[in-house]
Amino acid sequence: MSVARSIGEVVLEVDDISLAFGGVKALTQISFDVREHEIRAIIGPNGAGKSSMLNVINGVYHPQQGTITFRGVPRHQMNTHAAAAQGIARTFQNIALFKGMSVLDNIMTGRNLKMKATFLEQALWIGRARNEELAHRAKVEEIIDFLEIQHIRRTPVGRLPYGLQKRVELARALAAEPTLLLLDEPMAGMNVEEKQDMCRFILDVNEQYGTTIVLIEHDMGVVMDICDRVVVLDYGRKIGDGVPDDLRHNQAVIDAYLGVAH
Amino acid sequence: MNDQPGTFPGRMLAHAKLRPRHPATREKNLGIWQTWTWSEVADEVRAIACGLAALGFKRGMHLAIIGDNRPRLYWSITAAQCLGGVPVPMYQDAPAAEFAYVLNDAEVAYAIVEDQEQVDKLLEARSQVPTLAHIIYDDPRGLRNYDGVVDYEKLTALGREYDAAHPGFFDAEVAAVKPGDVSIMLYTSGTTGRPKGVRQAHAAFIAAALGSAQFDHLTPDDSILSYLPMAWVGDHLFSYAQWVVAGFTINCPESGDTVMTDLREIGPTYYFAPPRVFENLLTQLSIRMEDAAAVKRWLYRHCLAIARRCGAEILDGRPVSVANRIAYWLGNILIYAPLRNVLGMSRVRVAYTAGAAIGPDLFRFYRSIGINLKQFYGSTETCAYVCLQPDSAVKLDTVGLPAPSVEVKIAADGEVIVRGPMLLTEYYRRPDATAESIDAEGFFHTGDAGYFDADGQLKIIDRAKDVGKLNDGSLYAPNYIENKLKFFAHIKEAVAFGQARDEVCAFVNIDMGSVGDWAERRNLAYSGYTDLAAKPEVLQLVRECVEQVNADLARDPALAGSQVHRFLVLHKELDPDDDELTRTRKVRRGFIAEKYAVLVDALYAGRDIQHIETEVKFEDGRRGMVAADIPIARAQTFAPSAVRTAA
Repeated sequence: MSVARSIGEVVLEVDDISLAFGGVKALTQISFDVREHEIRAIIGPNGAGKSSMLNVINGVYHPQQGTITFRGVPRHQMNTHAAAAQGIARTFQNIALFKGMSVLDNIMTGRNLKMKATFLEQALWIGRARNEELAHRAKVEEIIDFLEIQHIRRTPVGRLPYGLQKRVELARALAAEPTLLLLDEPMAGMNVEEKQDMCRFILDVNEQYGTTIVLIEHDMGVVMDICDRVVVLDYGRKIGDGVPDDLRHNQAVIDAYLGVAH
Repeated sequence: MNDQPGTFPGRMLAHAKLRPRHPATREKNLGIWQTWTWSEVADEVRAIACGLAALGFKRGMHLAIIGDNRPRLYWSITAAQCLGGVPVPMYQDAPAAEFAYVLNDAEVAYAIVEDQEQVDKLLEARSQVPTLAHIIYDDPRGLRNYDGVVDYEKLTALGREYDAAHPGFFDAEVAAVKPGDVSIMLYTSGTTGRPKGVRQAHAAFIAAALGSAQFDHLTPDDSILSYLPMAWVGDHLFSYAQWVVAGFTINCPESGDTVMTDLREIGPTYYFAPPRVFENLLTQLSIRMEDAAAVKRWLYRHCLAIARRCGAEILDGRPVSVANRIAYWLGNILIYAPLRNVLGMSRVRVAYTAGAAIGPDLFRFYRSIGINLKQFYGSTETCAYVCLQPDSAVKLDTVGLPAPSVEVKIAADGEVIVRGPMLLTEYYRRPDATAESIDAEGFFHTGDAGYFDADGQLKIIDRAKDVGKLNDGSLYAPNYIENKLKFFAHIKEAVAFGQARDEVCAFVNIDMGSVGDWAERRNLAYSGYTDLAAKPEVLQLVRECVEQVNADLARDPALAGSQVHRFLVLHKELDPDDDELTRTRKVRRGFIAEKYAVLVDALYAGRDIQHIETEVKFEDGRRGMVAADIPIARAQTFAPSAVRTAA
């Protein structure tokens, strides 16, 4: 099960991506790559196009220009279903869970793509459905244990505090056993302790399952600590790309973050 | 049970022969309860012991055991004992710096720990602990890239190889262990000074476990939830010594946060918790009842009133009128039985509490709803075995009769002294402390002040050194007052002052859950503990509690003088990380008085408000400051006679 973490070949390459909504240019000629098993951060000020970039990668937005190459297959645009089927999972900036359902059921929905039994079999809980559910439940329990949320297994998600909801969302994404995990601001709105927990979980996911992770984050401490390489966006353009230490001294990045007199 | 081997390893192997397929240990893992039988446990123990031997662990060495209650950690205790070694369980929530002290004091070279968190702390402490050579971990998560630490699976695999290569080794080692050998070293919680290592022989703990198991008729069919810190003497007696002696089943919860759920699923027959846990349960229960529909609330109140009237009497088998019996029977169907079920105590035959004084009303609540809650008295030095309450004679304010084979006397100065087979062998490397606490006649001085009541039951008032006098000469027992305050659901901690003062004053910590809920109901907005604690409404709420305690104290002529005159609500929660509480969560009164000297002065100077800044330590070791202006309130006090006429 466990994969030794050693950064490997390029698994995802976005090349010359441009995305516009009417007259608004969200992304302009963005190119970067993501290597196997690495933790790649996308940073930038508000409105820099970070979330749009993730949406392009998993096919929610369709860029007007450029190619996305995932596992050697170049495409002009992804589509969401193909992305999920190929092992791309994500979490959202605004938590997108089923509030009325229990944590367990929410995570179970992450297994949806892996379920092969027909609707009828599942409704009657016969044939493949039974064994399948047991196997999926075992996998879900493994994730629950991994993310240390045993105590809220049966709690409706809507009753949980924000930090835990974020963790449940990560759990659901993991349930799909992704090879590429896209995290949109996994630590936004968390207190220091929750952030530390989340950092540890992200590192553990990366180490234990060998999952490649692309994350958007505002907390520079987090980015510098846990990420292997960072892409910096500003006004839809790429202004920096490299290991955290290099970017610390990159003037364009400093200007974008601290502002500069024009 | 008496003719069985006199050592823990011997007893465990006897169980494996006698009842090989009887469940010995359960643990909830990945949502499912896993079971190990006595023969499986004995097999694992053998593998761990041989693995340790293969790594060079020898007779007399110390094995540190750190983590939550995990089956493998319990088995490791026996494994170390099999080799004539001494297990040293340590408090798992202590920071690395505290680890270093104990590890150095015990010259620990081998440690078996639960997970990455503990491994990290040990590695951090290692720079100060030159002896620490072998770290073995149970849960491999996150530890793949660590060098120089050993996986539990690898240890047992190594052990099985070693066992095969050295036939007869294990049996010879076990045979060489004598009842008089030290079986465990438990560190005292250190209410005063540095923790001391208390060394207990196999014979001592077996005597204590045997005595208490016979006293309460424990059988292999009993079942207990093991969730209290393994380093605490109470857990070692209930989840280890009694387990191996009586041969019942211990159940390890899934995680610290799931204890309530696990308790309900397991439904133990034998239950043990410090008063704090019973208090929390009742607080949670009260909060949830406030949310219930009006009809249910009415029913709950009504049935509890009946239970208060006659519940405890029915449990004790005392005469109760037919009308009351019928009312209680109905109440049992409607409220008490479902309540016991929610608490996970439907099957509880015997429940114990100890470790601190329990509020009389709290105690009575559990007994009145049909839970056979009893008290016992003991300490680390006495294997937690000195006095026990027999089923028929449970009292609210005593700790019971001297246990079988234990002698209890009251020294001339009022201190409780005890003698028996359960006494400690010695304090590790502290002959001075050993000599100080055990006198020439072999009596151990407990440091508690107490007396025997008319029925021969022991009543503990306070720590002997804490019992003091106010300036007017009246008796002042701080613990007694604090416990009375802490019984209120709204009050989490209290610290009383009064030694050599004119009157008693107190610090109070509100209970965040309970008061937070209370505030929400009143649309009282607050941002956190500090803000909530400073609200005038909260001060008034606490004042009502304090005044009730005063009225209560006024009824007892001996204690009427120690009514609380002035008090304040502290701006931060007392925390073991800030050294304000011990790891077993007892208040360190002296330290607190020093740290908050400004506040104590303000209380006695009659000021209305006092500004204070306090340094706090966060869980990750960073520090920060909390500042607040703390209002000080005066509470009404009562003349002893006035209350008597009013009541």
